Amino acid sequence: MKPAFSVIFLTTLIGAGQGLFLALFSAEVLSPGLDASDFQVVGSLLALGLCGLGLVASFFHLGHPERAWRSAAMWRSSWLSREVIALPLFMLALAAYGLAQAMGWRSTPFFGAAAALLCLALFVCTAMVYMSIRFLQEWASPLTLANYLLLGCASGFMLATLLATLFESAWPLVQPLAWAAAAFTLAALATRTASLRRNARLKPMSSLQTAIGVKHPRIVQKAQGFMGGSFNTREFFHGRSSEWLRGVKWAFLLLVFPLPLLGLAAGVATGSIALLALAFVLQYLGLLAERWFFLAQARHPQNLYYQAIS
Amino acid sequence: MTQLALVIDLNVCVGCHACVTSCKQWNTSGSAGPLADMDPYGADPNGTFFNRVQTFEVGEFPNTQTVHFPKSCLHCEDPPCVPVCPTGASYKRAEDGIVLVDYDKCIGCKYCSWACPYGARELDEKRQVMTKCTLCVDRIHDTALPERERKPACVLACPTNARLYGDIHDPESVVSRAIQERAGYALMPEWGTRPANHYLPRRRTEIPVHAEDLQRIDNPLKIDGRQPEHAHREPGREDFAT
Repeated sequence: MKPAFSVIFLTTLIGAGQGLFLALFSAEVLSPGLDASDFQVVGSLLALGLCGLGLVASFFHLGHPERAWRSAAMWRSSWLSREVIALPLFMLALAAYGLAQAMGWRSTPFFGAAAALLCLALFVCTAMVYMSIRFLQEWASPLTLANYLLLGCASGFMLATLLATLFESAWPLVQPLAWAAAAFTLAALATRTASLRRNARLKPMSSLQTAIGVKHPRIVQKAQGFMGGSFNTREFFHGRSSEWLRGVKWAFLLLVFPLPLLGLAAGVATGSIALLALAFVLQYLGLLAERWFFLAQARHPQNLYYQAIS
Repeated sequence: MTQLALVIDLNVCVGCHACVTSCKQWNTSGSAGPLADMDPYGADPNGTFFNRVQTFEVGEFPNTQTVHFPKSCLHCEDPPCVPVCPTGASYKRAEDGIVLVDYDKCIGCKYCSWACPYGARELDEKRQVMTKCTLCVDRIHDTALPERERKPACVLACPTNARLYGDIHDPESVVSRAIQERAGYALMPEWGTRPANHYLPRRRTEIPVHAEDLQRIDNPLKIDGRQPEHAHREPGREDFAT
């Protein structure tokens, strides 16, 4: 597939926002005595901002953004429609959670729990948009959901660790948040490498034989029917060499996992805000590459019909 | 239940692209607005087409077959592109089984094109909505047209009658009979989309040559006996044919 930058930014930004909220809410639930409402309020605003940016990015994917409101209609059958509903609902609950923190209301656990449920639902919807297309075999695996969830949590907890060092009231949270960020990063490493291994072994279900229904071992396309480009030749292939693809794979494997972990460890040990910020930024850049690779790696069966110009 | 569909006879398709041009002509002149045609006479022409004819070579030289393969939307009975549409712009008509796009509802998210394994959908670059073969829905039900013209433009244009059109759920229809009698098959059956359009396979062409066919029996130049060889007087193979 041809990776669309709107989709890359949407999924990575809301992933980080969702992970950041889960970090905030788990900090709230697991350390009841601590009063770090300034950390909670700023964190909620930041998470809201990330999700808002993701939402804005998604509009650039549409041919008719002014009709975007229609996309909530088919929630009974379409995971994309469900995602379109889950994202604003999550943002609403997140805003209520942040407001409750700012006003010092005692209802924060209630709003937090609602937002956490919506947050998990949003992770499921986002992943199912890709998982549910059965003939994009690279995506059609539960590992896709695991990767979206764990990578989002990894970058969100990384950001929460950085944020906690900025607020004196939240300093007791820095160590546990850093441990959680490291754990999510390592778990994501496990599931992402598992999906890379799975995809490397994948055998395409479709072939030229099934595509045109001729049972002969040797079929060669001589003409695709036109010499200029078309939507079919633009949308479904990334247009890069396999060396480029391999380069992106190793870049994201370095940027998402070992480098941020090193930065995180060094940042927490020395209390350096710069190192923690570097860890988050490197991991986010890595996630952009990861999402590009995720989209590019899927081989669409329609490409069987577009292999030779003439 | 009616399921209108095309049955394409690969045995007689000669790859002339008449179905491609007639499809473009009809659908670019319709009420839905023109199909994009960018830089049509330039170096890199580009545009929206609902139908294409592709060419494949099967086998190894010298034992090869050239297969011309027209491809358009297959109007699947279980279309994977329809349930994924977030707006409901993509739908399958209950009355005749045609898969259509409501251009006024489409937001151009392209998700349905990802969900079609056949690459049957194209985003129109000018209108920024998803487009696809409509089976000429605006002419097959048009009672103002004479009965014999109420067929998709591609079917009417085909000079070799390689495109049959009809209801595949009616066992007596010409398309059902063609599928039955000539082993019509569906594309990519592995995905369970149950395409309505079917393809008829190539058939082995045999030309039996008999020795006596090489000599004309009733050559008028020989009948009068002035030519050196003798005229054939006894009945030949064709005289016994029914």
